[in-house]
Amino acid sequence: MIRRSLLPLALLASCWLFVSASNAQSGAQSGAQSSAQSGGELRFSIQSEPKSFDPMLADDDSSETVRYLTTGYLIRLNRQTQQLQPEMAASWKVSSTAQSITFELREGVLFSDGTPFSAEDVAFTMRRLMDPALHSPFADPFRSSAGDVKTEIKNPHSITLQFPAPVANLEQLFDGVAMLSAKSAHSDTAGLGPFVVSEHKAGSYILLKRNLNYWKHDAAGKPLPYLDSVRLDVQQNRDLDLLRFRRGETELINTLVADSYDRLAADMPSSVHDAGPSFDTEQIWFNQVPGAPIPDYKKAWFRSQNFRRAISQAINRADMCRIVFSGHATPAAGLLSPANHFWFNQNLHAEVADGPGALKRLAADGFHLDKDVLRDRDGHAVEFSIITNTSNKLRERLAVLMQDDLAKIGIRLNVVTLDFPSLIDRISHSFDYEACLLGLVNVDLDPSTQMNVWLSSASNHQWNPEEKTPATEWEAEIDKLMRAQASTTDNKKRKEYFDRVQEIVYEQAPFIYLVNKNALSAISTSVHNAVPVVLRPQTYWNIDSLYLTPPDPNGRHGE
Amino acid sequence: MNRIRLVAVVFLALTFSAVLLADFVAPAPYAKQFREAPNAAPSAKHLLGTDDLGRDAFSRLLYGSRVSLLLAPAAALLSTLIAACIGGLAGYLGGWFERAALAATDLSLSLPWLFLLLTVRALLPLNIAPIASVTITFALLGVLGWSSSGRVICSGARAIRQSDFVLQAQALGCPPHRLFFKQVLPNLQPVLSAQFWTSIPIFIIAEANLGVLGLGVSEPLPSWGNLLRGLENWPEVKASPWKLMPIVLLVAVVSCFQLVFQKRENLAS
Amino acid sequence: MWLRALPKHFLRLALTILLGGLLGATLVRLAPGFGVDERELDTRLSTQSIEALRQSHAPQNNIFAYYRGYLVGLFRGDLGFSTSLARPVSELFAERLPVTLRSVAVGVAAGWLLGFFLALPSIFFRWKAYEVFTAGLSGLFISLPAAILGLGLVYAGGPASLAIALVVFPRVFQYARNILLQSAHLPHVLAAHARGLHSTRVVLCHVLPNAAPLLFALAGISVSMAFGAAIPIEAICDYPGIGQLTWQAALSRDLPVLVNVTLLITIITLAANSLSDLASTAFARPRL
Repeated sequence: MIRRSLLPLALLASCWLFVSASNAQSGAQSGAQSSAQSGGELRFSIQSEPKSFDPMLADDDSSETVRYLTTGYLIRLNRQTQQLQPEMAASWKVSSTAQSITFELREGVLFSDGTPFSAEDVAFTMRRLMDPALHSPFADPFRSSAGDVKTEIKNPHSITLQFPAPVANLEQLFDGVAMLSAKSAHSDTAGLGPFVVSEHKAGSYILLKRNLNYWKHDAAGKPLPYLDSVRLDVQQNRDLDLLRFRRGETELINTLVADSYDRLAADMPSSVHDAGPSFDTEQIWFNQVPGAPIPDYKKAWFRSQNFRRAISQAINRADMCRIVFSGHATPAAGLLSPANHFWFNQNLHAEVADGPGALKRLAADGFHLDKDVLRDRDGHAVEFSIITNTSNKLRERLAVLMQDDLAKIGIRLNVVTLDFPSLIDRISHSFDYEACLLGLVNVDLDPSTQMNVWLSSASNHQWNPEEKTPATEWEAEIDKLMRAQASTTDNKKRKEYFDRVQEIVYEQAPFIYLVNKNALSAISTSVHNAVPVVLRPQTYWNIDSLYLTPPDPNGRHGE
Repeated sequence: MNRIRLVAVVFLALTFSAVLLADFVAPAPYAKQFREAPNAAPSAKHLLGTDDLGRDAFSRLLYGSRVSLLLAPAAALLSTLIAACIGGLAGYLGGWFERAALAATDLSLSLPWLFLLLTVRALLPLNIAPIASVTITFALLGVLGWSSSGRVICSGARAIRQSDFVLQAQALGCPPHRLFFKQVLPNLQPVLSAQFWTSIPIFIIAEANLGVLGLGVSEPLPSWGNLLRGLENWPEVKASPWKLMPIVLLVAVVSCFQLVFQKRENLAS
Repeated sequence: MWLRALPKHFLRLALTILLGGLLGATLVRLAPGFGVDERELDTRLSTQSIEALRQSHAPQNNIFAYYRGYLVGLFRGDLGFSTSLARPVSELFAERLPVTLRSVAVGVAAGWLLGFFLALPSIFFRWKAYEVFTAGLSGLFISLPAAILGLGLVYAGGPASLAIALVVFPRVFQYARNILLQSAHLPHVLAAHARGLHSTRVVLCHVLPNAAPLLFALAGISVSMAFGAAIPIEAICDYPGIGQLTWQAALSRDLPVLVNVTLLITIITLAANSLSDLASTAFARPRL
């Protein structure tokens, strides 16, 4: 799975020239009630042992979960409203050139070990983050050009950060920068988040206890979080996770697979939630690397726009949504999901399956059907392979459906499942592959976060990475548009540029987008204040306002 | 026992004929997707229902059995022959050869052969036919599978080497190779046959486990391996018990083999 | 006399173990996907960061140099540093080894007991029902993948280590049954029977000792079998043992962990088989 930043960064609504947040010092969370009871332990599973407890390097799902629960941020993206809101920064101001940002910090905030939070900590955090040897994924988006970040501390509660060049999407990037303590003796473990890591049995579980120094209070003045502790169990097997949820051993499942959703919905209808289309997509692409070790005639097919569009037309996306996702997905129109209300290009619509139409398009390039086998101009039978990773059963089924769809127009598709390292080796190192099917966990709203995909010189420009010069005219145009949208803060203009990028991607189909999956989750009825949303983390984004009521002693959990 | 053996033989004969004649017996091609009816329950049209992509489960079971029932015994035979040669010769010859062979056996048991399988898969072309790739997988399993019985066979051969009748035959001037093939190997037969019969389901399951890494049979070809993988989802299996058919068939075939051929051994010895 | 042979024997063992480590490391090094990192697909990272990631795996590219460095470290007690979990391998082993050793020990013991005691009656009785029942039972358990057995036990609420026993017992049963039957049909055993010797005495004094060398060899093998089964069982059932570590290390091509695991398994296999060799020579009856 190609992973994007798991912490969403962008704004959703109107165009702003200057961005300045309200001075609201409110610590109230939406929906906090005075009837909330304190206490209880929330339990849920993480898929693997966290690879790192360093907030700067927390890259995988499990590490990000621990990070989300234990650290605090200057600015936070509210997962429900998709608006930025003040956290450690009571207010902020971005300069008109997007080259500097000034924060007014909240006063009286303490780290979990009691050390006070001040502008020095922000400076320390930024220095640590921007250390070139660290290669933190949260630091690279700030590096729009070479040079260091200058920090200017005016007083203990005010700091200005000066960047060497304008940074696109500047304030939203701070949703990924966890504040570290400069003075604490345990700067690795002292955090500003609602919980603190208390016990850790490697490979088994992580127990987090309430941070007694957490700064937030609810509307009634009660200190947050309501929960006493959170227990994360390492559980790789999703079926076992489901079983434990049914038994009442866990209270949430953050991401549910479509068939688990249906099974659970049959027994525990009030526990399942479908928050609608998410930002996740599934897509295929063809290898267009000029030096790839594949036959030249195949390279010619993959470089042909008609060929790629015809394949896209032959695929039956509606069947994929119905059969593989049990209706919990929608056909994808393009690179963004319609859930991204502001940035999605409303003029784009998903292709409807049309075999004859695909054949007509292919005929324009000299392909012809010869006794149920499609052949190209030179008589080669059209046959190619598609690689995908093995650990995702739904993706394998998508590939098999595609295999059947393409067989109807005479194309033989070979589905090859590979383990992930072998797959990455082929798509990034040896380029020994023909087509690839992968998914994108696309939680970033703002297009600037996708620079490393659309710029032809970037490493994640999957179909032809690290081009010295753009290989085609349309790639050159995308380069120009992406750079243009990154260098202005006028969102209306940015949307124009990015709409055009989406159109070009739709026309040229370097990525053929298949479906947009829905955000499915399960929450036990003993958990209150939970509002499942589309942005990650879908179920516990507001964990400091969640509270538990004891389950019904007579009935099963949640029924 | 005769009646039971007869039943087992008849069952095996029926299964093998159905499987070999799958092209005629199967109600639908194994790759045909009945997209209006995924995960359907058994009916007149689909005897065992359909799988999650709407493919007829009965047809897939027949074709899958064909792949596994033909290739797994072949691989088992290969591994048994290699084990017989290496283990038998080691025990028979003794000395440095035995020590070297036993060390090779122990190493072979400990090394992560998974990576060799991954390397071989990487060397194969991506567009290889599914049947060719599964044949290569089973061949590799056969070549690598000898070590689990190598030591036992070596012990057995050593015991035979030290036994009376072999000493007698040597005294009578019997040449070593004739001794090996006519006396040692036949006496190792019980161990060799245990190795053979246990290897067949082990290789079928190994193919299933390798499928998790992408080294098994590729779609749309069915195999017992990928049919067995469907069992991992226990609540779904509980809700649709007909999905247990592949495992029931495999257990029945394996048990019948044991019943039929064990009896023959008892009579022989 | 055997005391003189001991140092040579140990030297041979040590060489075999070291060779095993090197071969294992080479297999991992040559496999596709070595030196790649999942983080390369993170779209937040700049091209320079991705390049730095790729370079970080360079020290492991020359496998001989790496292995030499590893052995030097080993003599100092440093088992290396896991690239996928960012922790010293010695820490990981210290946490996980007891878990796996315990479940493997329980599994092998239980599997052997079950397999052996199911096989024993075959030489006394010829009950058809018993034959069918044991054939079916061993057929069932040998046909189920280890992972499914483990999952089944977890669903039923039992310990996953019993799954190891269920994996070991059918093979032990098959081999033991055939070996014991063969021993039981040897001429002098039949003669003893014919002379009216009590069945138990025949089994204890004639059948078992004859079968002993092969049975001991089988015992040695079942240890390797059990370890092999532990890997998928622990991986699927989330048991925090060496098996789960090995599986994750294999999927991320974590060379430091895999070298150590290969050495560990080689040592255990060689130890188990050496012990079984010793035991079988101790039981060997002189042929007159």
